Amino acid sequence: MTAPPPRRSTPSKPSPNAEVGRPRAWSDYDVEQVVGRLLQAGVILASIVVVVGGTLLLARHGSEATAFSVFRGDSSTLRSVSATLRGALHGDPRAIVQLGLVLLIATPVARVALTLAAFAAQRDRMYVAMTGLVLALLLIGLFS
Amino acid sequence: MSLALFALLVAAGSFGAGLLGAVTGLGGGIVVVPMLTVLFHVDIRYAIGASLVSVIATSSGAASAYVREGYTNVRIGIFLEVATTVGALVGAALAHVVPTSALAILFGLVLLYSAYRSLRGDKATAAVPPPDPLGERLRLNGSYPEAPGRVPYVVHRVRLGFGVMLFAGILSALLGIGSGVVKVLAMDRAMRLPFKVSTTTSNFMIGVTAAASAGVYLHRGYIDPSVAFPVMLGVLSGAVLGARLLAVADAVWLRRIFTAVVCVLAVEMLYKGLTGGV
Repeated sequence: MTAPPPRRSTPSKPSPNAEVGRPRAWSDYDVEQVVGRLLQAGVILASIVVVVGGTLLLARHGSEATAFSVFRGDSSTLRSVSATLRGALHGDPRAIVQLGLVLLIATPVARVALTLAAFAAQRDRMYVAMTGLVLALLLIGLFS
Repeated sequence: MSLALFALLVAAGSFGAGLLGAVTGLGGGIVVVPMLTVLFHVDIRYAIGASLVSVIATSSGAASAYVREGYTNVRIGIFLEVATTVGALVGAALAHVVPTSALAILFGLVLLYSAYRSLRGDKATAAVPPPDPLGERLRLNGSYPEAPGRVPYVVHRVRLGFGVMLFAGILSALLGIGSGVVKVLAMDRAMRLPFKVSTTTSNFMIGVTAAASAGVYLHRGYIDPSVAFPVMLGVLSGAVLGARLLAVADAVWLRRIFTAVVCVLAVEMLYKGLTGGV
């Protein structure tokens, strides 16, 4: 079987302990470690906020009857990031849960922003353009 | 039903979905929407919003480990995310005009296809296409860790993979699922990536794809905190436990059980869609 020379996604750094002597801005390995940690931190933080909000929600409204078979999304007050933030600051349990969910949605967005910065540091123009496009599309979805 | 009872039952069901989804590798998201609509009579739009949120949680949680272990090909992920995010925004726009009964029918068909794929398993097809020069130009080729060192690989049919990913993005937004089945199909079959690379890179992309449509659905009020929180916490804890169980559990039997559940839900969704019960 003929295969091209083994290497990772970029020829810059094949393993964490190779090329130790040569200082370089953000190898692919570094990026992978930071991206992994960011995803983990985002999910944990979001989960904590959701658990706190969910507990408050059940404590205050747990005995109320549910009516989720009818869609009333249009009249919901928690349809934007700013409204959610305002509600959470006022201690509204539903808004606190929603804030946790917004943090969760923001986690992959932050991951894309971080990879964009990494590709920029690597001066990888092609991937800066691609990642920038993905980030723009995500922000359009989140804020439009 | 009181909110407390609703939350308890939904969390329990979501826990089971996350557990089986992780153990079988099919993902729990695919049974969350039918469970909420068929068993709990939740409007399909709330169900889709809650499912998308849980999909982001599980995929980000799993991806955080895979990325650090070096299986995920970040460049392939980013490149294909261009297709899946465009697809997701198109899907979210379509969801506004597609009647909910049509969504239920589409969901039933996707469930049946997933069940078929999981039972059939992966049979290697004979003819391997030549390496795609576009893969070299976009620097998509890479390597992944294996016992002695790293195994190199090249990508094939980049354009086809990109096209299938567009479809995966649309499906993800329309149905509130990770559509991992379609993503792995594009990377396994079309681009001929090694299994470990395609599954982990698919996982890496699912969060971004789901976040694109989740943002739109947030503004439309599809994401209701009372519905979404038991789903998210249930699926996430089930998936965490499922990943631990993976080493000890009998995957063959769990896969059969899960496939049976998927088939029953598929029939229910098709019935609901065709009789207009959604």
